[in-house]
Amino acid sequence: MPDTLVALYVFVLSCFIGYWVIWGVTPSLHTPLVALTNAISGIIIVGALLVTGLESAGTAAELFGFVAVLLASINVFGGFLVTNRMLAMFKKKDK
Amino acid sequence: MEISANTQAIAYLISAILFILALKGLTHPASARRGNYLAMTGMGIAIVATLLGSEVQSYGFIVAGVIPGALIGTVLAARVQMTAMPQLVAALHSFVGMAAVLVAIGTYLNHAAAGTLNPVMMGELSVGIIIGAITFSGSVVAFAKLQGLVSGAPVKFKGQHALNAGMGIATVVLGIHFGMTESMISLVLMTLLAFILGFTLIIPIGGADMPVIISMLNSYSGWAAAATGFTLGNLLLIIVGALVGFSGAILSFIMCRAMNRSIINVVFGGFGSDSGGETSAVSQAAQKGVKSASVEDAIYWMEDANKVIIVPGYGMAVAQAQHALKEMMELLEARDVAVKFAIHPVAGRMPGHMNVLLAEADIPYDHVMEMDEINPEFPTADVTLVVGANDVVNPAAKSDSSSPIYGMPILDAAKSRQVYFLKRSMNPGYSGVDNLLFYQDNTSLIFGDAKDTIEGMVTSLKGGGH
Repeated sequence: MPDTLVALYVFVLSCFIGYWVIWGVTPSLHTPLVALTNAISGIIIVGALLVTGLESAGTAAELFGFVAVLLASINVFGGFLVTNRMLAMFKKKDK
Repeated sequence: MEISANTQAIAYLISAILFILALKGLTHPASARRGNYLAMTGMGIAIVATLLGSEVQSYGFIVAGVIPGALIGTVLAARVQMTAMPQLVAALHSFVGMAAVLVAIGTYLNHAAAGTLNPVMMGELSVGIIIGAITFSGSVVAFAKLQGLVSGAPVKFKGQHALNAGMGIATVVLGIHFGMTESMISLVLMTLLAFILGFTLIIPIGGADMPVIISMLNSYSGWAAAATGFTLGNLLLIIVGALVGFSGAILSFIMCRAMNRSIINVVFGGFGSDSGGETSAVSQAAQKGVKSASVEDAIYWMEDANKVIIVPGYGMAVAQAQHALKEMMELLEARDVAVKFAIHPVAGRMPGHMNVLLAEADIPYDHVMEMDEINPEFPTADVTLVVGANDVVNPAAKSDSSSPIYGMPILDAAKSRQVYFLKRSMNPGYSGVDNLLFYQDNTSLIFGDAKDTIEGMVTSLKGGGH
């Protein structure tokens, strides 16, 4: 099976997982859900690292990659920390 | 140390599993924090496995990008106010979109230099660039509207849809031309056009439709990551992109359902733009006038009530009234009054916005109810206090088939014994629809800033009530 087809298999099956997992999320946590999915979409940093770190990468590619790494790291750090901050506020009864 | 491609693949698999378990953790507030830690671990594993892989050989630019990025992200996360969460999320979405565009262009440059471009890859690249660019500029517009840098009102002009459709088609044609000819000019034009398209697609959408827009852009940022995964042949990016893409899509669907509108209607048909003719039921009721009440009147009913339900809306966020509400809740509970909060799915500017603000004010989450849970309780509530909400309690949504919001599921505040509306003025809600509830016999309006009014109630309760 060609690689692109493997990728398509993985993509479609992941969509199903996403569909079932997300419907289980409680509505009261929808804002943290948006923040968390935002943080994990920072996974684009993997792509940025691959472009920037390639040994044969030219200067232009390195610069594009550098900005991408910068933006994606803001996402990863900002996203996870703000999610954590929000979730820490959800308490049951008075302490 | 360098790890083999197989080790890296196993690490990516573990990382993907951790992300799925993280999302599963959000099923309940009690397990949610652990979920977030799982996701952090997954991200850490993915980054380390990438850095140790054989493809990444030079680290200078990487370190130069990660360190300031980590600092900026940490400061943003620590400083942001909870009321500004929609803006932060919009800003972060724009970063993912831009990163996807840059990664795609960088990949193109690397492969062009090595002479390893092929049509399939260029097609995938183009998809990544188009989705990423639309995510970026669309999120910038959403940010500007939420932050009040531009008016939240829908921007409309004649031929708007035709223009957008034309630009959309041109973008795709340029992408195909690029894939067939490797023309750099087509690539650049396609990218620019996609950026413009992001702006023009979001400007016609009004401020109160932001819950849908935020969810939609959340979804796009996921699809952008997935497209990048196809380009790079990276399965982890594909898995995560699909999870995020679906998350945003489902949230958009939930938000639209809560307004009884289709996603097409939200994206293409601005709300409140067509000034619908006077609805007879409202004008009849309006002739009866509204009753206004004082803080003391409301306290008189609330302090001896068995149950008080509070309906917060975006107005509560604007007035920052959540902390005063928490104090009032405690004083009422000390008098054996049961206090509950009723949340409509589209209250606020992003999904779940009210829940976070109430949590910030230390209001326990078991006091905060979703629409379907709380609606059967309104008939047994002595007092419903509406704080900065409007359309979500308008009975016209049920009774008046000529109303623009007809069919929208609402909170049944009208069924409680007494309704008090905290309002700044008689201006209608965002939809521009007058609220039938104002004119109901058991409804009174308390005019003034929501925070001041509630602080007044707190003072009155502290002073022994009435």
